[in-house]
This record gives sequence, structure tokens and C-alpha cells, in this order.
Amino acid sequence: MDIVLFENVSKTYRMGEVDVAALDHVSLSISQGAFTALVGPSGSGKTTALNLIGCLDRPSQGEVTVAGRAIGPMGRRESAEFRGKTLGFVFQDFNLLPVLTVYENVEYPLLMIRDVPKGEHKPAVDRVLAAVGMADQAGKYPAQLSGGQKQRVAIGRALVGKPALVLADEPTANLDGATAHKVVELMKQMRDEFGTTFVFSTHDPRIMDQAEVTFHLEDGRLIDGPAVGKEAHHA
Amino acid sequence: MLKVLRLSMKNLLRYKRRTLLTGMLIAVGVVAVIVFVGLSGSFKRAIVGQITDAVLSHLQVHRKGYMASVDNLPLDRMLPPKAFETLSDILTRTDGVEAFSPRIKLGAMLSNYAQTTNVRLNGVDPAKEQAVVPLLASRIKEASDENTLLKKGEVLLPEVLAKGMAVKTGDTIVLVANNKDGSVNGMTFKVTGLVESLMGPGGRDGYLHIEDAAVLLRMETPEISEVAVRAKNFDQLTAVAERLRAALELITNKQNQPMFELHTWDQLTPFYNVVRMIDVMTLGIKVILIAVVLISVLNVMMMSVYERVREIGTLAAMGTRPGRIMALFVAEGFCLGLVSALSGAAIGLAVLWILNLTGVEVAFGGANQVFALAPSVAPGEVVSACLIVLGVSILASLQPAAKAARLEPVEALRHV
Repeated sequence: MDIVLFENVSKTYRMGEVDVAALDHVSLSISQGAFTALVGPSGSGKTTALNLIGCLDRPSQGEVTVAGRAIGPMGRRESAEFRGKTLGFVFQDFNLLPVLTVYENVEYPLLMIRDVPKGEHKPAVDRVLAAVGMADQAGKYPAQLSGGQKQRVAIGRALVGKPALVLADEPTANLDGATAHKVVELMKQMRDEFGTTFVFSTHDPRIMDQAEVTFHLEDGRLIDGPAVGKEAHHA
Repeated sequence: MLKVLRLSMKNLLRYKRRTLLTGMLIAVGVVAVIVFVGLSGSFKRAIVGQITDAVLSHLQVHRKGYMASVDNLPLDRMLPPKAFETLSDILTRTDGVEAFSPRIKLGAMLSNYAQTTNVRLNGVDPAKEQAVVPLLASRIKEASDENTLLKKGEVLLPEVLAKGMAVKTGDTIVLVANNKDGSVNGMTFKVTGLVESLMGPGGRDGYLHIEDAAVLLRMETPEISEVAVRAKNFDQLTAVAERLRAALELITNKQNQPMFELHTWDQLTPFYNVVRMIDVMTLGIKVILIAVVLISVLNVMMMSVYERVREIGTLAAMGTRPGRIMALFVAEGFCLGLVSALSGAAIGLAVLWILNLTGVEVAFGGANQVFALAPSVAPGEVVSACLIVLGVSILASLQPAAKAARLEPVEALRHV
């Protein structure tokens, strides 16, 4: 079953007097549970594609369907609710809230987005923190953590609400090679443990190989990857 | 709601120095309002108390047209006995009236056998007068009898006039007055005290017994210039005055015109303008407080939104609804206002408490009028100052909060 479907999707930005095509007639599909990488050099359209999957942007042309919902017609509030219930995000700069502890950062989506009953927070957060190996750092603030630890917390935050799909934009760009490898391993491990689909963008050749499905983008066009409806399923 | 407030407090403490400075500024504003309201309110109460309890009483009733000529102390616009009887009956029956005192006001020539001068006098019933102006006794200096205000054959002279005439307590003086027909009469009186001067109408008048005043003016039947009335509760004065006015309007003269006119203390003295000025100044300082809070909170919240654009983008990307993002920032303004207002209120009340301990004296209207103020503030004023701060804090947070809620997540995440 496809969790993401791009049908002839184009996205154009206006820069001054010129229209720039960030995505140019891209069609692709990602099946549920796939560990998928969007790869390509800077400016290839990876982040634009992730933004469209994440309902943070709208296509100029074509149709984007995520978890069975077409994102084009969604309003601001509706898309925010959809993101909160269906998606998790991991950012290149971790984007943890500096005033909250590790525990509170992971708890945030349950508290402020999903309105999960208070009694269910601790088991869920503890489980995720244990899974990402940060249980013993729960009381620390982001400023007290290393880059790798921050990204582990960010992954925990993305997973705590049990989303169907986690999107990670260059999750290893600010990490050294060894840490980057561990983070990608962790993401894969989480996919196996939680059954969550992971889609991440990268231009780091060291971690591209760890993806089970890879879409190559260049100048906004899909130049390599499984054809729509035929991409490899999660092993 | 609590989770939003908790997160807002944490965000406020992120910029401790800025929050502290802004909070202090707001707190100082609240302190200024509370101390000013406390001091000015106390000053206002002292002035009003002095005016009403020492001279005017709370309200006065005259024959219609008397006040238009009050400076002349007209003897042809007095209340005849029957009218005074009717008025007494109404005053006795009216709910909220504590006491009333009839007065005969007259101008006379005063002679100490060496010099002569003009003097304004009030003929009063001592017991009734003390019931309507309880501070009158405290104005009497060098009284020959501390326990009795005035007896027949005695006069209390204005202090300044007595000094000018070199008249002392125990001296005998002569008062000469014209009655309304122009007939002149003179009587000797013993000076039994000097009345301390006060500013305003009646503040430099002397006193004699009402029966002596009637004899001096050769009244065949005693007539009354004014009736001073004291209400049981000063705060209910307006209601009492309205009830009296309604009852008095029904009494008419032969021409079918109203017989009486009624004036409350604020209509009788120019010092009401001082009271009003104090109220205007209180309003002014509240407006300054509003401006301080508005500018401070607006500045802090705008800075906060500007500095946290990426963070807002992150919250929005994770699925935080725009309304909740707005609530987060409004709550920050609310928390800043609440903590500052409560701190300011606590400090302001502490300052008033210290002022009460040390004592505050204010000279007004001459060195002989020193008011010992007892600054205090009504709970409603403290609550009102805090509510102003809270309301304006929320108002000032709305625009920055709305801006934060409107940010497009994809744009905000790109912000450096």
C-alpha cells in the first residue's frame, strides 16, 4: 500500500521576475514501512519534495497524496491537524525546544498537539526514550547534549505519537560520520520496532546506501528510482 | 490551559534579564499607581473631611434664591418658622439623615471699644451644630470652657480677626447688626474662644448662640438662613440628597414655586475642583501605566516572536495548531503582566504600610492646616490596577501572537 503518491507533481517558486521550478513533473510512490531516501545535490528538490509530503507546502501542479489524503485542498488548520496525527519530523538542526528537558521535548507532541491523556504520557515517553537510548538523559536540557544525542531525542519526539510516516530533512548533515551512521541505524531500527515509514533526504554518500529505496533528484526532476506503483517494498 | 501557561513561563525565563527589566518597569508602574492612589485618596479624604466636618456639613438647605446672594448674607431670604418646621419634619423622616442644624448667618460690626471691624457670624444651636460638624470643637483655640462649645451671651471669634483687633478670650466685645428692615441693634458678648481659620466658604466666620442672633437681629419670629444636614453614611450622600430633593420639591410657596433649594458639599465649595483634579491626576497616572505596559509588553513579545521564528516553524511543522501557537504567545504576555502586577501590588502595599508607620504630613492652605495623611488603598483599586496590567498585557501580546500564528511553517523553518 502506498503511503505517499506523487502524480505528475510540479512546484514553482517565484524569485524576483523569474519562475524557478523546484520540482518538475515528478511522479513517485512510497510504500508503507519503506526506509526511503531522497538523494541528490543541493537544489535538486529534495527538501521541496519533503515539504510537500509533510503538508508544509502545496504543489503548483499535480497531486500529492499522503496516507490516503490529497494535501492540495487542505486548509492551514486541517493540515496542521493532519501533520500532528499522521506525521513526525526530524530536522537537520534538531530543532529541540531549548527551554524543555529531553523528557519534555519528547512529551511535547502528546501534550500540545495530540492532547493525549496525561496518564498515558509517561509510559509512551519512557518507551521511546529507552528505544532511542536516551532514558538516562531524560532530565537534561538540549544545550547539555551532543549533536548525536540531540538527534536521538528528535527522533524520539517524532515517534512518540506513533505517526504513520516520519520525514527527516538531512538528519545527518550536522553530525560526524560515525554519529551519522548510528543515527541512520537508529532510524532503521525504529522503523522495525514501530513499523513507521521513514523518508529522509540526504546528499551524503555514506548513508545513501543504507536506504532500502532511493529516489535520485536533480534539477527538480526524478532521474532515478522505482517507477510509480513499482518501487521496492520494504523487505 | 495550564500546560500552555507552564511553557510560556519557561519561555519568559529564557531571556531572564529582558523579562526581569520589563517586569520591573511594569511593577514600578503598578507601585506608582497604588502609592499615588493611596496618598491622593488620603489627601482627598482629609480635605473633604475638613470641609464637611468642620464647616459645611454634608449638605445644606436654604430658602430658594438664598445661594444666589449668599455673599451678601441676605436677611430677606430666610426660612420662616413654618417653613423650617416643615423642613425639620422632612429631615426627621428622611432615611439616611443623621442630624441637622439650623443656622442664622449675619454680618455685623465688631467693636473692642477701641477699634471696629466687620465680621461674619453664624448663629447656631451648639448641640445641634456639633452633631453636623463634629470637628468644629477642634478648631476652637484658647477656649474658656473645654466642655461647652457656646452659651448664650458668648461669642467665638475668627482667630485672625481677633489677633488683628488684639481681642483675647475673656474680653468683652460689642456686636452691632442691622436687621432686614434696617433697624440697628447692639449687644455685648464675652469672647470664649478663637476659631481657627479654614479656607473656603464659612472658614473665617465667628459663632454665637442662635437665640442671641435672633435677638441681635430683632427678629419677632425666629427665621433661619440655612440648615446644615449630616448624612449617616457619607458614601450614601448622593442617594440621601436625591431623596431629600424629591421630598422638598413638593413643598411650594404661594407663587407655586419651590420653597427650598438643596446643595451638597461639592456644590458649595470651590475645593471640590481640587478633589476633581486629584481624580483627573489619578486617571492620568493610570493612562501612563497603560502606556508603559503596552509599550513594554509589545516590545518584548515582538522581540520574542522575531527571535523564535524557526522555533515557531518547528512547532507548526510538528502539527501545533495556529490557535495554540497564538495562545502560547498571548500566555507569555499574560504571565509577564500577572507576575509584574502582583509584584507591583505587593511592593505598593508595602510602601503604603511603611508610609503609615512613618507618617505623612501635608501642609495645605497655609501653615496652620497640616493634614496627617493615613495613606490606604481600597482593595478594588489594587484589583483594578492589576486588571489594567493584565488586560493591556494580553492586548499588547495579540498582534505579535497573531503574527506568530500566521507564519508559514516552511518559510519559518528557512529563517536564519
